[in-house]
Amino acid sequence: MAGAATVTEAGIPGRGRHSFLGRLRDGDEIAHLASLLFACAILLIAGLLVLELFRSSGEARNKFGWAFFFTKTWDPVAGQFGALPFIYGTLVTSAVALVLSVPLGLGAAIFLSELAPPRVSDALTFIIELLAAVPSVIYGLLAVFALVPLLRDPIQPFLGRIFGFVPLFQGPSYGVGFLAAGIILAIMVVPFIISISRQSLLAVPNDQREAALALGATRWESTWHVVVPYARLGITGSIFLALARALGETMAVTMVIGNTPQIAASLFAPGYTIPAVIANEFTEATSDIHLSALIELGLVLFLLTIVINAFARLMVLATTRRGTTHP
Amino acid sequence: MFSLTAACALAAVCVLFWILGFLVWNGGKALNLDFFTQLPKPPGELGGGMANAIVGSAQIVLIAAAIGIPIGFLGGVYLAEFGLGSFPFFVRYTADLLNGVPSIVMGIFAYAIVVRPLHRFSALAGGVALSVILIPTTIRTTEQFLRAVPQMLREGALALGASKWKSIATIVVPAAIRGVATGMILGIARIAGESAPLLFTSFGNQYWSTSLGNPTASLPVMIYTYAISPYADWHRQAWAAGLVLLAVMLLLNIGARVVLAPGAAHKT
Repeated sequence: MAGAATVTEAGIPGRGRHSFLGRLRDGDEIAHLASLLFACAILLIAGLLVLELFRSSGEARNKFGWAFFFTKTWDPVAGQFGALPFIYGTLVTSAVALVLSVPLGLGAAIFLSELAPPRVSDALTFIIELLAAVPSVIYGLLAVFALVPLLRDPIQPFLGRIFGFVPLFQGPSYGVGFLAAGIILAIMVVPFIISISRQSLLAVPNDQREAALALGATRWESTWHVVVPYARLGITGSIFLALARALGETMAVTMVIGNTPQIAASLFAPGYTIPAVIANEFTEATSDIHLSALIELGLVLFLLTIVINAFARLMVLATTRRGTTHP
Repeated sequence: MFSLTAACALAAVCVLFWILGFLVWNGGKALNLDFFTQLPKPPGELGGGMANAIVGSAQIVLIAAAIGIPIGFLGGVYLAEFGLGSFPFFVRYTADLLNGVPSIVMGIFAYAIVVRPLHRFSALAGGVALSVILIPTTIRTTEQFLRAVPQMLREGALALGASKWKSIATIVVPAAIRGVATGMILGIARIAGESAPLLFTSFGNQYWSTSLGNPTASLPVMIYTYAISPYADWHRQAWAAGLVLLAVMLLLNIGARVVLAPGAAHKT
C-alpha cells in the first residue's frame, strides 16, 4: 500500500491514482484552488489599491513633482497645492498624542501585567479593549462638545500663563487646534498601547523577574530595570502601531483641528491634517487637479502608514512570537 | 511607583465611563420614538429623526458583509489549512498591512473603482469600501481560530477516510465556529461604526434611498454632519444618534466576546 497514505488516492475504480479526474473526484484540489482564489483576493485588493492611488494622483504628481511636499500654499481657487501644512499638522498632532499616551499607556500596562491579580487584570483589560471598539465619530462628538470648551476656557489660558514663555503655548485660545486634536488622539490610541505592551510584558519569562529579585532588587526595580527592557521591542512595536493609527485617524481629528492650512508653532493654533483635508474637501473639489492633489495626499498617507505598520509588526513579532510567521 | 501605574490604569478605565456617562446623559435626553421613525427635518424645524440613516447603515453594512465575509472566511480557511510556505506568508503579511491602512484611503479606493465608473454615489460603493476594511480582519481572525483546532481532530477525520475538504467542512470548521463567528461579529461591529470611507462613497441622503445605487444616509455620517453644524437641535440629535451607535457597538462587542467565545484569545 505504498503511496496510498493520502486518502485522495484511495481506491478510485478505473482511474489512475494521479489522473486529473481522479484527484478532482475527491474534491481536495478544488477546495485548495477555490480557497486559494479567495486568499488571492487580498493580494488583488492591495494591488488594485496601490494602482488606483497612483493612477488617480497622476495629474497632481506630474504637475507639482517633488515640490508638492515642500510648498506651503494650499489654494484650490488659484490651483496651487502644497502638502507641507498637512504633513506638519499630521506629524504634530501625532507627536502630541504619543507624548501624552505613551507614559499613560506604559504605566497602565505595567500595572496590568505586573501588579494586578490575574482576574482584575483580565477584567480591566477587557474594559480597555472595549475603548478600542468605540467608533471615531463618538470620540469626535465628545471632543467637540466636552473637550473643546474645557480647553478654551480653563485649560489653555492656564497653560498660556504658566508656560507662555515657550512658543508652544502662546497665542489666542480658540479651543480647537493642535492640542485638542492631540488630546483626543491620545485617548484613542491608549488602548492599543496598553493592550500590546501588556502582552509583551506578560511574555517576559518569569526567570528574569526571579533572577532580579534574587539579586536583591525591589519589585519596582526588577520591573523597571529588567522586565520592561526585556519587552522593549514589543513595547516599541506597540508605540509604532499607535503612531500609525494616530496618523490615519480622520473623524475625531477633523472635528477639532480647526481646518486652517497653516504652519504655526503654537499648540493652541488651529491647523489641518492629511485625513482631515481629504474628508473636508473631497466632495467639494471642483477641479480635476484639486481631486488629484487630494488623492496624492491619500497616497502619501497610505505609504506612510504601510511603512510604519510593516516596521511595527516585525517588532511585535520578535517579542511575543505571534504574527505572520506563526506556523 | 506602582501606585502611579495603578493611577494610569484607573485613568484609562475612567475614560470609558466618561464616554458612557456623557452619551447616556446627553443622548438619553434627546432619544425618543421620533428618532427611530421619522426622516430628518430641515434645519430650523424642530424634531425629525434618523430613520433613513439607521436603515441606510444596515443596508451598507449588509452589502459589505455579503462581499467581505465569504472572501474573508474562505481566505482564512486557505491560510489555516493549506497555508505553509512563502505564498501564504505573503498573503498573511499583506492582510496585516491592509489592516493598518487608514479607512479614508479605502474610501478613496472605493471612489476610484465604484463611484467614478458609475458616476454616482451609492450604497454599493459604501459597501465596497467597508468590505475592503472587513476582508483583512476576517481573514486573520478566521485563520487564528481555525489554527486553534487541535491537530488530532483533523487526523482523526482523515483516519476515518474523509477527504481533506470534507474534514475541513464537517469537522474543523464546526469546531472553530464559535471563535470564527466572534471574529466576524467584531469585524462587522468595527465597520458599522466607520464614517470616513462613507463620506464620499455613499455620501448621504435626506430621504429614503430607493435603491442600492443611490446615495444613502448612514448613522455615523449623520452624526458627523449634525455635530459640526451650528444648530442646537441637530446637536441634540447627534447625541442621541451617538448613544444608539455606541449601544449597538458595545452590545455587539460584549456579546461576541462574552457569550460566543469566553476565554478566546484577544487578537492584537
